[in-house]
Amino acid sequence: MHLAYPAVLAALLFCVGLYGVLARRNAILMLMSVELMLNAVNLNLVAFDVWLQERLHTGQALALFTIAVAAAEIGIGLAIVLLVYRTRGSSEIDRLRDLRETDTGPDAGAASGADGPEEQAGVQATTDSGRQTS
Amino acid sequence: MSTTTLAALVPLLPLLGAVAGLLTGRRAPGFAQPLAVLPTLVSAVLAVLVAVRQGGGEPLRAATELTPTGDDSLPIQLALDVDGFAALVAVLVGAVATCVQLYSTGYLRDDPRYASYASFVSLFTAAMLLVVYADDLIVLLVGWEVMGICSYFLVGHYWETRAARDASLKAFLVTKLGDVPFLLGILALATEAGTFRISGITSRLGSQLAEFELAHPTVIALLLLAGVAGKSAQFPLHTWLPDAMAGPTPVSALIHAATMVAAGVYFIARLLPVFAASAAAMVVLAVLAAVTIVGSGLSALAQDDVKRVLAYSTIGQLAYMAGALAVADRGAAVFHLLVHGAFKALLFLAAGVLIHAAGTNSLAAMSRMGGLSRIAPDAYWTMTVGLLALAAIPPFSGFFSKEAVLAAAEHAAFGAAAAGTTPAAGWIVLAAGMLGALLTAAYAARLWLLAFRGEGPPVPAEEHRREPAVMNVVLWVLALPSLALGLAYGVLPEWFGGGSLAPSLATSVLATGVALVGVLLTYGAWRQTTAHAAPRTPMGAVAAHPRGDAALSEAEAIATHEPAYGDIASAPDPADPSRLLLGPLHDTAAHGFRLDAAYAVLFVRPTRAAARLVRFIDREVVDTYVRGAGLGPRLLGSLVRRTQTGNTQTYLGALLVGSLVLAVAAVLVAAGTSGA
Repeated sequence: MHLAYPAVLAALLFCVGLYGVLARRNAILMLMSVELMLNAVNLNLVAFDVWLQERLHTGQALALFTIAVAAAEIGIGLAIVLLVYRTRGSSEIDRLRDLRETDTGPDAGAASGADGPEEQAGVQATTDSGRQTS
Repeated sequence: MSTTTLAALVPLLPLLGAVAGLLTGRRAPGFAQPLAVLPTLVSAVLAVLVAVRQGGGEPLRAATELTPTGDDSLPIQLALDVDGFAALVAVLVGAVATCVQLYSTGYLRDDPRYASYASFVSLFTAAMLLVVYADDLIVLLVGWEVMGICSYFLVGHYWETRAARDASLKAFLVTKLGDVPFLLGILALATEAGTFRISGITSRLGSQLAEFELAHPTVIALLLLAGVAGKSAQFPLHTWLPDAMAGPTPVSALIHAATMVAAGVYFIARLLPVFAASAAAMVVLAVLAAVTIVGSGLSALAQDDVKRVLAYSTIGQLAYMAGALAVADRGAAVFHLLVHGAFKALLFLAAGVLIHAAGTNSLAAMSRMGGLSRIAPDAYWTMTVGLLALAAIPPFSGFFSKEAVLAAAEHAAFGAAAAGTTPAAGWIVLAAGMLGALLTAAYAARLWLLAFRGEGPPVPAEEHRREPAVMNVVLWVLALPSLALGLAYGVLPEWFGGGSLAPSLATSVLATGVALVGVLLTYGAWRQTTAHAAPRTPMGAVAAHPRGDAALSEAEAIATHEPAYGDIASAPDPADPSRLLLGPLHDTAAHGFRLDAAYAVLFVRPTRAAARLVRFIDREVVDTYVRGAGLGPRLLGSLVRRTQTGNTQTYLGALLVGSLVLAVAAVLVAAGTSGA
């Protein structure tokens, strides 16, 4: 089989995944899109491994490695999404904007040093309330 | 043991005592007293033994190389040189230090910092003994500087009071001001003479065969003179000494009688050939001595604090010694040094008892108390002896030593003295000495009359806690040499290898007559003022705890003097005879002729202004650049921070665009390079 088929397939898969990551609002769908992108890469790895006829099969080994990492990643990711959903009643990614730069804080130009601790405090407050509700 | 070993042990024992005292003082306070008294006592006994064995004969010299310098022919040697001067001065130092240590056991009996205090006194003694015995200029300098730092610690013993803190800093800084030229002078002298050994320098200068001459004798002598003026409290560096009275009385006795201030005079006596090589330096020394004698006499007459009177008298008596050296008679100078050491230690220690008995250090307050002589009879009698010796009334010891100085000045004035002196220096010293004799007698009489002939409600004897016996015993021990040491004028020339020290008829009659005039004038003025100011208003500045420890009541007396009278030096007392005697000069003299104020204008204010300028430049100019450097990045940061929207997908989009741009750029670059 020519290399072009798996390569084009992988490129298509990657583009679909990229679109999903950039455009979907649902966090779970976003994670699924990430999986698509990872698997596109896996496909490339295996295809080039076969194409290059490599003796040590590093491509296949790396693909297995990526699958393991992807499994861990999706586990943690889903757990986070679950917690966020429980806390806020929604998992829409463009609503989760607590870490944005606000104009309501201390003057952004004059006292930049004071921003960091305050934002950290905000993060802590949300996780604390999350524990309470769960 | 050989005499050399004994001589080495003399400075070593107090040093070891000081180290042991400092190490164990906190953990084993019971050992503090024996560790303070015993090494000093043993070293005093050893000093006597060394003096007896040396006997005024050939100088005893021993040296071992301490450290090489860059120049092989100029090593620093741990050398000692015990001649007649060194042996006798060491005996004086040892004896006075022992008396002071014994007195302190009673005086500071309940003091929580007694252990460290006694250790510093021991260290002080060790440093002075090192200066006395040292033959090497650098080793001498070590002892000289150790004394400086010890005086800082000891004067600041009552550091809870502001006066003591300021005084200790002032003493340290003023003496250091003299020590910088002193160090330069030592280095210049050693470079020109080719050795650090004092005995080597003096023998080279003294020998007729070598025809060795210093290239710049005046410069060296003046540089050394600056250090001596600082240490021996001569004009214009004397201002630290009256303020140093804020320390405990035994420390004043130690600093003023035998150590520290005596070191400067002793140093010139040791290196007299160097100073004698420059007639200009000798005249400068004579002028400084004359100014100091007259100025300190006038200031002493106007002081209200007993100890400050004695402090100014110390300055004056040291100026007599400096005057004797200015006419190149070191025998007379060291004779006066020994006698003055004895009676000044006595006067200070007696003043300590007196202050405790009266509960105040103010003469104005004492003159309103009756029966002080009844309450403190030992202090009364011994202080009378000491004051008579100070006023140089025959046959007390001060008479003989002061007459030796005046006779030396007379010889120089009439051109009959040793080489290196000029008649001008002789006349200056002689005239100032006569005037000084008048003033000395006047302030001694004033002190005695105000302290012991006061009228007023007597202090009830039972209210006052008696001094420990040891304090009174020490007074009588010191009264003995104050009475009789003057008679040694027949023996001392053998030790000093110099001319006769016997008083000459003309100067003795004149000086004694002048002194009697001073006493009578003061007495007359005192009768006059006491009669006029008959309804005496009581004066304040009395210690709050008259039954407490002696040191406690002294610290309180020092602390309350300024709040009570508005001034540390004088009191607004109309019954003071010095007001009648000095007239309009009184206020100026009480403040040391405003020399402190002049120094404040000349040095302190410009320094402060310079400090403010530097602060302004640092805060307003340098920091502006630093703040400006921070401002740019901060503005940029606040701009960039606005892109932080909190939307993950925006970030990812930006990431994608960025990586695409980078990839395209990389491809274009690769295409461009391969195409070219």
